[in-house]
Amino acid sequence: MKSQDFIIKVKKLSKIYKTDLLETTALDNVSFKIKKGEFVAIMGPSGSGKSTLMHILGALDKPTSGEYILDGEKVEKLTDDELSDIRNRKIGFVFQAFNLLPRTTTLKNVMIPMIYGGIPKEIRLKIAEKYLKMVGLGDRMQHTSNQISGGQQQRVAIARSLVMNPTLILADEPTGNIASHQAEEIMEIFQKLNDEGRTIVMITHEVDIAKHAKRIINIKDGKIFKDSPNHARKII
Amino acid sequence: MLGKLFSKYKIEETWELFTESIGTLKLNKMRTGLAMLGIIIGIGSVIALVSLGQASQQAVQSRIQSLGSNLLTISPSSARTGTVRGAAGGGTTLTNEDAKAIENSTQVTTVKNVSAEYSGRLQVVTGDSNTNTTIIGATPIYTLIHNLAVSFGSFISERDLVSMTRVAVLGPSVVEDLYGDSTYDPSGQTIRINGQNFIVVGVTETKGGSGMQSQDDRFGVNYLSSIAVEANNAEVMDQAVNEIGYLLLSRHNLSDPSKADFRIMNQEDILSTATEISGTFTSLLSGVAAISLLVGGIGIMNIMLVTVTERTREIGLRKALGAKKKTIVTQFLTESVILTFVGGIIGIILGIVISYLYAKINSSSFVITLNPIILAFVVSVAIGIIFGWYPAKRSANRSP
Repeated sequence: MKSQDFIIKVKKLSKIYKTDLLETTALDNVSFKIKKGEFVAIMGPSGSGKSTLMHILGALDKPTSGEYILDGEKVEKLTDDELSDIRNRKIGFVFQAFNLLPRTTTLKNVMIPMIYGGIPKEIRLKIAEKYLKMVGLGDRMQHTSNQISGGQQQRVAIARSLVMNPTLILADEPTGNIASHQAEEIMEIFQKLNDEGRTIVMITHEVDIAKHAKRIINIKDGKIFKDSPNHARKII
Repeated sequence: MLGKLFSKYKIEETWELFTESIGTLKLNKMRTGLAMLGIIIGIGSVIALVSLGQASQQAVQSRIQSLGSNLLTISPSSARTGTVRGAAGGGTTLTNEDAKAIENSTQVTTVKNVSAEYSGRLQVVTGDSNTNTTIIGATPIYTLIHNLAVSFGSFISERDLVSMTRVAVLGPSVVEDLYGDSTYDPSGQTIRINGQNFIVVGVTETKGGSGMQSQDDRFGVNYLSSIAVEANNAEVMDQAVNEIGYLLLSRHNLSDPSKADFRIMNQEDILSTATEISGTFTSLLSGVAAISLLVGGIGIMNIMLVTVTERTREIGLRKALGAKKKTIVTQFLTESVILTFVGGIIGIILGIVISYLYAKINSSSFVITLNPIILAFVVSVAIGIIFGWYPAKRSANRSP
């Protein structure tokens, strides 16, 4: 297989947090690759290092050592502003707490990445409307983010993650703050997006949620202890 | 062509940043209002207080000028007796003879009128009401020298002086104190000053609160509190000062001008002293106002810092979604500059309105100069940039 087909290449990645008194190893020599079109769940209990991994994969933080290549770019070599650019163009974030701007319309929220991406206003509006309709919120465009339910907020966040047409969708506990029947809706959207060919990396500690993915990577104490295809995949 | 497109995009981007910032400021009306209040009060007080100071400066100047521009005032200064120096202004070195000498001497050629004056605070009684006021012993020439007009009756006449009639002219405020109405004409009434009866012959127009009575009733003292001299014209003032100075020095048997037991004050000297005093007053007011402006600026910085802390999540999110450092700094800076800009304009309007109302209520003059407005405005925008830049920089350096 050609190296270009891998969207994510992580080689001997380590992250050590230092304070005056002690060193904490959050990630310890982690290596894996993710191909285009995969749907990967990264699982692990709290403190396992999965949040640290998510920060590094999302270009929000730099590793202490090791190599991270995202879509052909060596992320650990980039400056802060270049990282901002990478996040803007290549990664679509979905957070546990939705992280929408409060008291701002869903339409506006969805348009934010495009503002930073320098996309002209008229085009912005069209794209935002398209993705809000796709996640089933075509009738909620002028609602502010605190006027809609948690599940709906997360769907707005998914729409927001898609507008720059990213190479990777990175979801951090996407169902952690919402009711279980709404969580199913979110997973349905992810599976649909994956069927369309989008690469999704989802971080979760819930087995019920992880089983929607095609591949599950288990992390414990900063190390990968299991990385296998999910044969018992739940398809909605 | 490409450059044109680029600049069009740039303008669009700037406009968007602007509307975005206004949107954020509108979202937090309370916070925005409080931050702006600091600047509004700061700028408003700078303009109102400077205007107030300038108005009072003008009032003092015009009042002094109305006293007459070629007026010299000779007052006794502390007389030296060996090493003992008497209290300033309380001297007893000027006499009525000095005044007469100035008027009649051939040495003094530049003087038109001389008015010997005695003043002191005494009790004035009529019927059952009484008041304490400044009594000036005056001669008919007093009205000429001090530009004084009479609203009722007449001033002390030459005949009164010769016949030594006990007559008095009252100021309007004394009339009000004694008769309860400043428009009352008390001519012909008898009043008692220091236990002696005087007939009121007139009332002066509003200028001061003093009462006057004829010169020769100086209640047993034979010294003057001042001699007012009207020079022929404003050009010969210096000459008049010299002539009078040498005359009095020789009359008082003094050879050294530095040991003079009197002082000759030019109207110009009084004016410049008063202007200097009110100038100090104005700068004092401006200082107070500047402090309030600074406090307002710190208020803005405070609120911007709180905002940054409060919006850590938002900043993190924006950075995660691709905002660069510069974008975040610009956003926060734009917010604080809009805040101070709008606050500055409201403050300027408020300051002008306050000084206008003050002038209206006190029927004083309304003075607004452009300088404090420009200064206040520049300062307010500078505050926005300086006090907005630091929190903005801090916010942008946070990791997402």
